[in-house]
Parts: sequence; structure tokens; C-alpha cells
Amino acid sequence: MASHTFLSLLLFYLYSFHLLRPIYCSFGSNGFETTSVPKEEEFSEELLLKPLPDYKVLAHFHFTSTSPPSSSNGKHHHLFPKSIAQLVKKYKIRELELSFTQGRWNYDRWGASDPLSTANGKPPGVELWALFDIPTKEEIDATWRNLTHSLSGLFCASINFLESSTSYSAPLWGFLPNNGDLRYGALPREAVCTENLTPWLKLLPCRDKAGIASLLDRPSIYRGHYHSQRLKLRSDGLNGIVIEQTLSVVLQPIDRTSWSMHQLFKKSLTGKCALAKSSKVFLEIEGTLVSQNENILELVGEADMVTNDQRDHSTIYQYNVERYSEHEALDIRVNWKKLLQVSFLQAPLHASRFLMGSGNERGSIAISLQSARNSTKGLYDNSKNCFTRVVIFQVVPWYVKVYYHTLRIYVDGAIRDAKDVVEKINVAPSEDKVSPGTLEMMLQFPCGMMSAALTLDFDKGFLHIDEYPPDANQGFDIPSALVSFPDFISRRIYPDSISSPLLQSYKGRNIVKSYTEVLLVPLTTPDFSMPYNVITFTCTVLALYFGSMVNVLRRRVSEEERLAKSKDKRKPGLIPLLISKISNKVRGIKEDSANQSQSSQPILGPKVVFKVVLIALIAVLGHYIFNSS
Amino acid sequence: MEVAEVEAEVEKKATATRSRLIVRLAALLVSYSTLVSVVCCLAGLIALLVLPLLAKNTYISENALLPGSANPVLSYQHVTQANNLILDIMNIADDKEAPDIEIPKLIAKYMEILGAETYHHKFSQPQNQFHPLYFFSTSPNSPPTLANLSYGTSTVGIIRAPRGDGKEAIVLVSPYNTQNAGGIDASASSIGLAFSVFSLLSRATWLAKDIIWVASDSRFGDHTSVSAWLNDYHNPNFIGDASSNRIFKRAGTMACGIVFKVVEKERREKYEDRDVVTMYAEASNGQMPNLDLLNVVHYLAVHRQGIRVRIGMFGGLVKSHLVRVLGEVMQQVGRFARSLNPDWRFEMPSSEYVEGTATLASSIYSQALGVPTGPHGAFRDYQVDAVTLELSPRFSLKNEHTRLAFLLKGGRLIEGTVRSVNNLLEKFHQSFFLYFLTAPNKFVSVGVYMIPFAFLVAPLPIIAASLFNLTSNRNPWRWLHTAKPLLITHTWSVVVTLLPFYISKISDLPSTHCMLTWAGGSLMALVILYIVFGSPYSKHVEWRLLKAVMIASVSIGLCLMSIINFATAQIGALFVVPMCLFALPIRVKTNNSLIRSMVMTCNLVMAVLGFPVTAVALMQGVIKGFGTVSILEFWDSMKFLWGWNSATYLYLVLVHLPCWLLFLHILFHPCR
Repeated sequence: MASHTFLSLLLFYLYSFHLLRPIYCSFGSNGFETTSVPKEEEFSEELLLKPLPDYKVLAHFHFTSTSPPSSSNGKHHHLFPKSIAQLVKKYKIRELELSFTQGRWNYDRWGASDPLSTANGKPPGVELWALFDIPTKEEIDATWRNLTHSLSGLFCASINFLESSTSYSAPLWGFLPNNGDLRYGALPREAVCTENLTPWLKLLPCRDKAGIASLLDRPSIYRGHYHSQRLKLRSDGLNGIVIEQTLSVVLQPIDRTSWSMHQLFKKSLTGKCALAKSSKVFLEIEGTLVSQNENILELVGEADMVTNDQRDHSTIYQYNVERYSEHEALDIRVNWKKLLQVSFLQAPLHASRFLMGSGNERGSIAISLQSARNSTKGLYDNSKNCFTRVVIFQVVPWYVKVYYHTLRIYVDGAIRDAKDVVEKINVAPSEDKVSPGTLEMMLQFPCGMMSAALTLDFDKGFLHIDEYPPDANQGFDIPSALVSFPDFISRRIYPDSISSPLLQSYKGRNIVKSYTEVLLVPLTTPDFSMPYNVITFTCTVLALYFGSMVNVLRRRVSEEERLAKSKDKRKPGLIPLLISKISNKVRGIKEDSANQSQSSQPILGPKVVFKVVLIALIAVLGHYIFNSS
Repeated sequence: MEVAEVEAEVEKKATATRSRLIVRLAALLVSYSTLVSVVCCLAGLIALLVLPLLAKNTYISENALLPGSANPVLSYQHVTQANNLILDIMNIADDKEAPDIEIPKLIAKYMEILGAETYHHKFSQPQNQFHPLYFFSTSPNSPPTLANLSYGTSTVGIIRAPRGDGKEAIVLVSPYNTQNAGGIDASASSIGLAFSVFSLLSRATWLAKDIIWVASDSRFGDHTSVSAWLNDYHNPNFIGDASSNRIFKRAGTMACGIVFKVVEKERREKYEDRDVVTMYAEASNGQMPNLDLLNVVHYLAVHRQGIRVRIGMFGGLVKSHLVRVLGEVMQQVGRFARSLNPDWRFEMPSSEYVEGTATLASSIYSQALGVPTGPHGAFRDYQVDAVTLELSPRFSLKNEHTRLAFLLKGGRLIEGTVRSVNNLLEKFHQSFFLYFLTAPNKFVSVGVYMIPFAFLVAPLPIIAASLFNLTSNRNPWRWLHTAKPLLITHTWSVVVTLLPFYISKISDLPSTHCMLTWAGGSLMALVILYIVFGSPYSKHVEWRLLKAVMIASVSIGLCLMSIINFATAQIGALFVVPMCLFALPIRVKTNNSLIRSMVMTCNLVMAVLGFPVTAVALMQGVIKGFGTVSILEFWDSMKFLWGWNSATYLYLVLVHLPCWLLFLHILFHPCR
């Protein structure tokens, strides 16, 4: 039976290989795929270092593992992590990306439109999206739920909170064009720690024992200003499964003007991981740092290869790790000769999102887009027919009830009719406790625009008492929105002489995009520390109110009076006596009947007062005497 | 059969006894209404006077704050940097022709060196316009008119927390004034102080929240610039000139605002042995920041930096003999109680009582006025806890050495506060929002200070009920006739409330004329209302009923006001409740002439003092001394109140004034 399956698989493999080869070759420009189908599992490790304009350093670790579509070893793997292969197989994942991020990518300073920033800028917390190879929506939802739980266990994170239908959405084209088989979820509050890194490292064949991963000294990398750990996988029948594991950290060197790898990581790179096919370290120097003045940066250490990309945006220095050993560790050193303020390639529009209004009732979400003209002058002309397209994708939890009809768009300080600006819009309004609200919107702005703003009003909802998280008083998060610019492609093409999966991925048609800030919405929260007081107080008030209310409504005074009189004429009943007395009291008529005066006396007669005072005195005296003795 | 009958009997008895208690108690209270009201009023007064004794020591309720758990790291290096900025500012103020343009540029330059994102915020002076319809909402969003030549420029710098997610921000505000030539020393020091903290925070790795520093140009007052900036932060106006030079950067939801300024006081006779920080916390309509914020500042100032903490206090009351005598009495009573039972520890030295009373009075008065005591009030309008700290140095700031030492101390205080707030996971919610302060570290919480008010208001419904029953008319709907004068009075008060809006439209009227116009208009409105609706003294209007209805309406008004601004209701009750209780027509016949003459005297005094104009003057006289008070300033003080959207204005005109008018009605009732 097994041999039969194997035979059929082999046949299928050969068949597909022959049939699809030409089509596949036409896809060759897509950076993800390599030019030749790997025969066996491969692993490559790379590190890219990049000095940033504010004297920080970006270190980008890039590990690629590939597994051919049908392994010669059946279910077993040499290098490829088995857990991932099982995941892919079980949940029929076509594509998946999971990122753990702490800190914010500074789009202003660290660049926004080069491929590295576009790929690395991730929202704080956890972001997960996956494309499934499953036909029906219900099945996809069920698979997503299982997937979140599996990943949660795999990466020691609370990804399982994405299971609930209130926390994920299915965007159609705002995030990534798809046929409804994409699921997207984000947890902005998830803290990232070593416990997430360790399982991630376990997927590497050498873990962090050898090779480039051995540089990952925990205190050094967690001291960084930005930390983003990602796992991206893609599987199809042609290439098998490819996983890219990347870790981007932005580090602040102790000495601003000079740094070396050893200083940054407190470890030295003494050799490659023996299982890796290639092991390389790159140093990328952005064109703006070089072109102005050749002598801004000084490099210590000889590179194996130096290349520029086609449009001279950057220069790459390549170091092959295999040349180095314990006796001669690889240590790249960079000195800044001159300190100056430059900025990297900006996105065409700088996007920021903020909340408007105050109070616990309502507010507005505003997205403001500011033109970053100075950096992208070439891309603009002021002709009338030039338009820039902007896609906004935003998921809002259900307790922030956004009224999408209140969308107002301001362009250059004037309100514009939505239908003039919005090219395409897809709104999935939130459903209370069922699904979040999703907004996908393609806008068309004139190129000469300086600034634009969008506002959406919302009401703040109420949660049920047990739906509040433990730290409800902090407020509730609205995950980052994604603003992408489909007309702007960030790509860098390097000569083919460099064979590197990392630089290959630069070649792809990556759309320029940036994530906005996470928003914190303060909602009304009950006073959790006082439920007892509140419950007892309200219950008392209600009981008193309803008790007396029912009493008053039920009573028929005159009838009761008559009844009592007819029943017992000799002895006046208790109730009529009381009522007549009260009415007398209320009317302020002096009691003349001996009976009544007698019965009214014990209320506050002098004797009673005297007795009470006497007892009180005795008590106080007794207390005093006992205490003093 | 018999058993069933007995059971029925028992049941009936049971129901009878149950209803007996409540009804009987109510009847009892009503029949002894005079006694009850006198006892309650006295108890209320005594409870009010005893409040300083009942004050508790403050404590830090939120554990996450951890004040003082980390050693301050602000060093001389930061302070000397700040000193350079101070010297530069003073040079500019002396030399340059346009310091108000140069100084923001200089501050921005210094901020940028630290790696902060900076921008300038321009604002113009707002017109204090009375908007009766927008009363409780924030000021209507009018487009800013920068065409106005005179505008201020605040400089704002933002430090992004290195590993933070940018959801929350802490705002530091340092007001400065370049117009005032004499105070440039102090202004420059305020900026220097902020800069020293800012430069420390720009390198801090522990930040979880972003830091915004607003160097606010306070040429139109401290509050104006801060509230203009906050308004643009929360309610930006997208229409208008949207050129890129109107950059406005934000940093998430505000967690807390700390306003601090250096004030160099005139040398007093009294020798100050320490640097002093004065806390101002009262925001509009008696809102207070969370007590924890004040506690953190107090703890760090006193226990870490050795700075003396002060809060507002009425100096006049400390010297007052009456209060001193009260203090002595309280001390004696406390001592006696202690001798009875050693566990009753409410003994308090009379000096402490006097100071507590003076502070409490100031606290109640500032809250009752409903006007913020500093720029922090602007934050509270957006539900952000904020406090203003006024730091005054022990030695002169002219001396560089003492200035550095002072900056180090003040900077460490602010550093510690920022660090505590930074530690917070949740917004301030643990501690009290409703409290009065009797000392920087003593407070009276809402549960305690409500007692005097409750005592004062409690007799009102009882008296109303007893008066209602004393009338000769037996018709249960008899109060309907008296509703007419009540309605007229309240309609009139609404007219009086709205009149200033139209008067203020007529420009260039001196305040005395405005006042007279207001008074004349009000009188005319009253006359017109009487002509239209007829005299209040119709045949059916008995004075007792009128009084009952008046008391009922007043008690509703007081209770409503106590929800909006408790302190106003508290002070108002002191005026209104005696008026309600004592009101008696002049022509009424009574047996005892002595009591009658006494009540009449009281009534006439109250008719004068209860008039809102005199009541306000009396209040200000007690607080500030009678020499400075003039009745004609009423217009100005009312303008002040509505300029700040204070609900006290509404209380005075909508509750107090009709009460006084009805009181007059009763006083001159014909008693047919």
C-alpha cells in the first residue's frame, strides 16, 4: 500500500514537474522562488547589518529552510522542522506569516519605502495571517481556530486568543488580494520575550549553538529599540515548503560613532552552521549615506564582494562566514567619520492614526496622511490627471462601534465628497460579540496633495462584566491599521552574482506599506473592587423601593378598616387604631381620646427618655470605670 | 374554622406591625418637625466644623505606582545642560528684539539635539464668550483665527519610548512668559527644569509611555495655551490651511499631565528653611485629579527630596479668633473624650485644627467656585489627571550654584513622578476622586464630607411635609395653586440666566453699567411676568403651602447641584437652608411675641444676606477680607464664572435666586 502511494506521488511529482515547468519559470522574477527546484532540504543563514541615520544599527537575521514537495524520506526530514511540516500538511496552509514585535518601526528615520522596511515594519504585538487551501468558509474558520491553538503551543504565546471570531477578520483585498481564504488577526498587547524566541530557534537545525544564530545573545538583542521576530512560510506543489525565519533588531551602539559586531552582540561569529548551504553576512549601506560624501562611513575588515543595486540605492558588502574560524572571528567594524542628519527613503505619505474626542461615550478615529514630498519629489508631478492610490485596511473590535457612514475625508484642508476620493470600499460592520468591524478602502488622491485626513465616528460599547480583561482600566486596544500604496513598489535588484535568499526577496514586487500606531480606547469600566458594596447597596434600595411600593399598591385602607370594624366591634382593631392615630397625627389634631393618648404616650414619654438616659449614663460610667481600672 | 381565624388574625397583626414602623416613624418625624430640623441643622454645622478632625492620612492606593523605588538618576550633567539653555534664554530675552519668536526656536533646537520630535503650536487668545446653550459641553469648536496678529507659540517635543507601543503618553507642561520682563528668571528656570528632566528621559531605557513636553507660551495666561493645545490634540480642525507647516504630532492617550513652574517669591519676613512646592489640583466644577497623583508628588517631595509641600490655604482664617477658639474647644473635647476612653483618639492640637480648617475652607471654596486653579484644569476637561506644581526656591535663582542645586532637586521630584506614572499599567482609578484636602497629606473623603450636607438637607422634606399638613385646605391637589408663583419665579430665573448673553453682546459697556442693565432687565422681566400671569398672592395661595413648595423645589435644586459640584451645594446649603426654615410672613399672628420678633430679625437679615449678590460678596469677604470686596464687582465675578463654564453660576441664578425671591414672597405674604 505504501509503495503504491509512493509510486503515485512520484508519478504526480514528475508529471507536475514536466507540465508546469514553463509556467513556473515565468514566475522566476518573483523573489520568493528560487530558479531551480531544490532536490533536497536546504538551509541557509544570513545576517544583514545596516547603519541607520540616527546612529543605530539594524541587524536582520534571515534563515531559510526549504523542503521539496515530496521528500525522499517520506515523513521524515533532515533539516526541515517537522512541526512546521506537520502544521502545513494538517491545516492545508498555502501561506502564513506570524510576527512577534516589540517597539515601533520608526518610518521617519529608519526608512519606509525600501524593501527591508516594508518587510520589517510590523505592528506591535502579535500579527498572524494565513492563506488556506480549503474551499469553504466554515472549514477555513474551523482550521484557523485549530491553527491558532497549535501555534500558541508551538511558540509559547497567547495566539489562541485569536481563535474567537471577534478577534480575526477575513479581508478580501485590503491586506492581500485573495479569494476569501485569508484570515488576519492581531494581538497588540502581546508581550514578546525569550520564551517566544527559544521555540523559534528550535526550528533551526543548529539552533543557536553554531553559525549566525549563535550571535543571538539574549540581553543584547532584547535591549534593542525594535525587535521583530517573524516566521513566514509558503507551500505549494512546486517548491514544497519554504520557511523564512527572520529576526530584526534595531540596536543602539554604546559608542555612537563606532561599532563592531562584537560590541553589538557581545559574541563573536566563529563559523557557519555546518548544515547550512550558505552562510553570509551582509552590510548594506544606504545610498543617501554614501552619495553625499564618500567619507561618512569607514569600514574596517575586508569584504568578499561589493556590489551596488541597479539603481544605486544601496551598496552591499558581502562576507562569507565559512572563511572565518575560532582563531579569526568575523567582526565587521563601522566608524562614522562625520555625524550628520540624513533620512532614508520615505513612503509617499506619512500615515498616522489617532483618537479624537474625550469621555466615555463617543469619539472618532482619525487617520492623517502627510505628504513626505522632499524625499519623493521625482514620483510626483502636479498634472491634473495624476493620482496616488492609497489602501487602508483597519480592523476594529466590536466594542468600538464605528459608524461607517460618518466617514469624512479632508484633502488639503477642504472636506471632499467621499465618492470623489474613494475608489473602492469594502466594509464589514462589526456584530456585537460576534465579529469585529473591518474596513478596506482604496482612495485616490491627487499627486500634488499635501495632507489628507479621514475621520470615522464611533460609540463606545459596554461589555458584560465577565468580558473585561484583568487590566480593564488600562483601556482597550484597536490594532494597527495598514496603509499601503499600491502604486509604489519597493524593490532592489542586485546582480545575479550574489545568490542569497535574502537579497532575492528584495527583488520581489513588494508594495510600499506602513502600519499605524495602536490606539488605546478607554472604555467605561465598572468598579471591580466594589462589587459587594454595589450589589448590597442596590439590592437594599430596590428591596426598600419595591417592598414599600407593593405594600402601598396592595393596600386598601378603607376596606380594611371596615372589615376590622365589622369583625370586632368591642375592641377596636389594631389597624384602624393605628390609622386613626396616624391620620390624627398627620392632621396635627390633638388627641382627645383617653385611649389614644394612652397608646401614644409610650412613644416618647418623659419616663422612657429618662430610662434611656439613665441606662446610657450607667453604661458610660461602667465603661469608664472598667477601662480605668 | 377557628384555627384558620386565629391564623388570619396573626397574619393581620404581622402586617400591621410591619407597616407600623415606617409610617409611624415618618409621622413622628413630621410631628416633631421643628425639633428635628433644629437638631439636624445643628448636627450639620457641627459635623462641618468637625471635618478637620475626621481627616485621614493619605496613602498610596495603587501598588503599581511604586514611588521612590528607584533612585533618581538626574545628575549634574543634565542640570548643567539645562543651565546652558537657561543662560541662552536669558541672553535672548535681554538682547534680541523679538524674544517671543527666538525663544521657541531655541527650545526646539535644544529638543532636537536630544532626538525628540518637535513642532510649534500657534494659538490666539480666545474670546471669553458666554454660551448659555453650550454650558456643560466643552467650548464649541470654532475655527482658530490666526489672522489675529497677536498669537502665542508653544513648543512641543515628543520622546518616543524606545520599546513602548506608543499607546499612552505623559505630558509635562512648563509655562513661560517672555512678556513679563521681571519674571524671565523664573520662566527660564521653568524651561530649564523641564529640559533637565527631558534630557534624562530621552536616554531612559525604562520608558513605557511616550513623553510630551509642552513649553507653553503663557502670554495670555497659563491656562489658555495649554487648553488650546489640548483642544487641538483632541479635537483637531482639519478644515482651514492644511499646509505642511501645521504639523501636529501626537502620542496616544494621555495618562497624566504634570504642570510645573518655578516661581520666585518675594522675600518674606518668614524665613523659609526649605524649597517649597505648592500643589494646585482643583479643576473646573470641583473636579479633582486622582488622590494618588497628589500622594506620589507629596511622598517624593517630602520623603525623597526634602521639599516642603503646600496647598492652598486661607491665611485670614488662621488669624481669626473665632477659629482659634473653636480649635481650643475641639482640643478640650478631644482630651475629655480621650480621658473617657483611651481608644477615642480624635484629639488634635488647636493649631493643627486651625490650619486644617483654613486649608479645608480653601479646598471647599476653590472647588465650589468651579474655576480651575491652574493649567491642570484644562487636562481635566479631557478626563486626564493633572496637577500643577509651583516650585519656589529657598535661595535666589540669580546665583548659579543655588540654581543648579534647586534644578537638581526639582528635577528629581519630577523624574520620580514621571517614573511612578510610567510604572502604571492602568489609568488612575484606585484612589479617590471626590475629596477635600485639609493638609497636603490629609484628606476628607466623600463618605465623610457628605454627612454635614445630608444633615443640612434632611429637614427640608420633613418641614415641607409638616407645612403641607398644617394648611387649612384639605384638598390633596391644593399645592397646584402655589405651583404658579413657583413657575413664575423659575421662569424668571431662566430669563435672568440668559440676560448676560445679550448684555455681553453690547460691547464697550463698563461692568457697572452691565450690572445695572442686568438688574434692570431682571426687574422688568419680573414685572412683565407678574402682569402676564397675575399676582402671586391669589386667594388660594396660603403662605404655608408656598413655603412647602419652595422648600421642595430648593431641596431638589440642592440635591442636583450636589451631584454636579458638591462643594457649591455644601456652601449653598449653609445659606439656603436657614432661609427655608425661618421664612415667616411679617403679618402672621403668633402668640409669643419674643420668638416672633427674633424670627423676624433673622428673616430680615437673611433677606439681605441671602440675596445672591450679597451672598457672593459675603463669601468673598470671609475668604479674602472685607476690605477688597465691592458689591458692584458682582458682574465681574459672574463673568469670571461663566468664562470658565462654572456650574456655580447656574446654581446661583437657577436655585439660589428663585429661593430668595420666594423667601421674599413669603415674607410679604398678606396672610388673609
